Amino acid sequence: MKTRLLGLVALVAVIAAAIFGLFVVPADLNQGDAQRVMYVHVGSAWLGELSFGLAALAGIGYLWRRDLRFDALAHAAVEMGVLFTAFAIWGGMMWGKPVWGVFWQWEDPRLATTALLLALGIGYLLLRRLSDDPARRASRAAVVSLIAALDIPIIHFSVIWWRGLHQGFTIGDPGKVLHPSAPLQFVVALLGMLAAFTLTWIYLLIRRYQLARLESQIEEEVRLGLIKAARSAPAIPSGGPVEELA
Amino acid sequence: MTELRRGLSVALAIARKDATSELRGRQAAGSTLFFAAIVLLLFGFALGPDAQRLAEAAPGLLWLAIVFGGLLTVARLHQLEVEDGALEQLALYPVDRRAIYAGKALAGAAAMLVLGALLVPVVAILYAIPVGSAWLPLLLAVVLGAIGFAAVGTAYAGLTVRMRAREVMLPLLMLPIVAPLLLAAVKVTVTALAGDPLGETGSWLQLLAGFDVIMLVVGAGTYGFLLEE
Repeated sequence: MKTRLLGLVALVAVIAAAIFGLFVVPADLNQGDAQRVMYVHVGSAWLGELSFGLAALAGIGYLWRRDLRFDALAHAAVEMGVLFTAFAIWGGMMWGKPVWGVFWQWEDPRLATTALLLALGIGYLLLRRLSDDPARRASRAAVVSLIAALDIPIIHFSVIWWRGLHQGFTIGDPGKVLHPSAPLQFVVALLGMLAAFTLTWIYLLIRRYQLARLESQIEEEVRLGLIKAARSAPAIPSGGPVEELA
Repeated sequence: MTELRRGLSVALAIARKDATSELRGRQAAGSTLFFAAIVLLLFGFALGPDAQRLAEAAPGLLWLAIVFGGLLTVARLHQLEVEDGALEQLALYPVDRRAIYAGKALAGAAAMLVLGALLVPVVAILYAIPVGSAWLPLLLAVVLGAIGFAAVGTAYAGLTVRMRAREVMLPLLMLPIVAPLLLAAVKVTVTALAGDPLGETGSWLQLLAGFDVIMLVVGAGTYGFLLEE
């Protein structure tokens, strides 16, 4: 019930922030209406990164305690990470086309890093789908999230360096919307949408976690049922496909 | 101290075993090299016969070929273990899991080193690159690149070797991880071939070394969890 209330609050907050960002705040002088994309873009990029950080922590938690609840949390967090990161990239491209003239700007180090982050997240989800045994899947997933979490700073650093050694930033830094000289209305729109997105993120994370727990319960029941059936069934010649069942 | 020495001898024994089976099963290692050489040849077709464009692209193509060949190499080193159920035996030995990881990574790094060392002259010939003057940074890049790739590859091959669709999953999981390695190694090659005008080759080599250390530590720390399965 509390979760449902949170969901409703998040929905209202997103609608309110969207109305404020789309109709109340004036268009940016230089970028025009395209700048409004930033209100959703910045928040989703941050929440995407936060999700992957949370997933790595939950992965460490699983390897340490061997508790499948950590695994369910990691799974939920990565799904949120993929969702919000994909949304951030999509928003960035929608903004980049009118402002930069291209969808994909190789000069922007953050875009390259974020794209790799998304690739790592999708790889994690595919890995989960291809592993059947819960404990095995959980350790594999935890190791992958841990390696990815350590790799991301190296990627980020190397990509910035890759650019930085050639020339300085020639293209407007999207982060400048947070510059103190920006009119208060812009800041309110940005922070308001960030708050609304954070509420949505928390709500979706809780729901996805609950779903993951239910999935793992069903999985466990099916597995026990299979073992029971196998015990009562007549002996089968060995050498069959028992790989992931044991 | 004796613990460390014991771990070291276990690692060396495993690496020696892998090296022996690689050398005796010559066709597998040889065909990986041949595959990487064909990739380099096809890059030439893909980019057209413009000599200058090929020379500019050569460092990137070299490292892509090493990465593609490396994927096959690290996968093979684990595939061999699983085919005869040997990985289970290996996991049952009462030795430190980190020593097993170190042995597999060492064998992988040695195989990658051979691959890289043989591909550099292929690139030099195919794309008309004068590598002679930059041999030291190139050698360092190949050594550090081989270690880093094997450090990641051993962990990921151990992770995917018993999975369905492992042929796809290994590159899919591993390629984004080795992106900084590719970037730094290409940068070393580009700057070294240009005579290092800005003095940045050293920094990129340091980045490669840092990548290697981090991945070796995390690989050694997590490999045990993957063997336990």
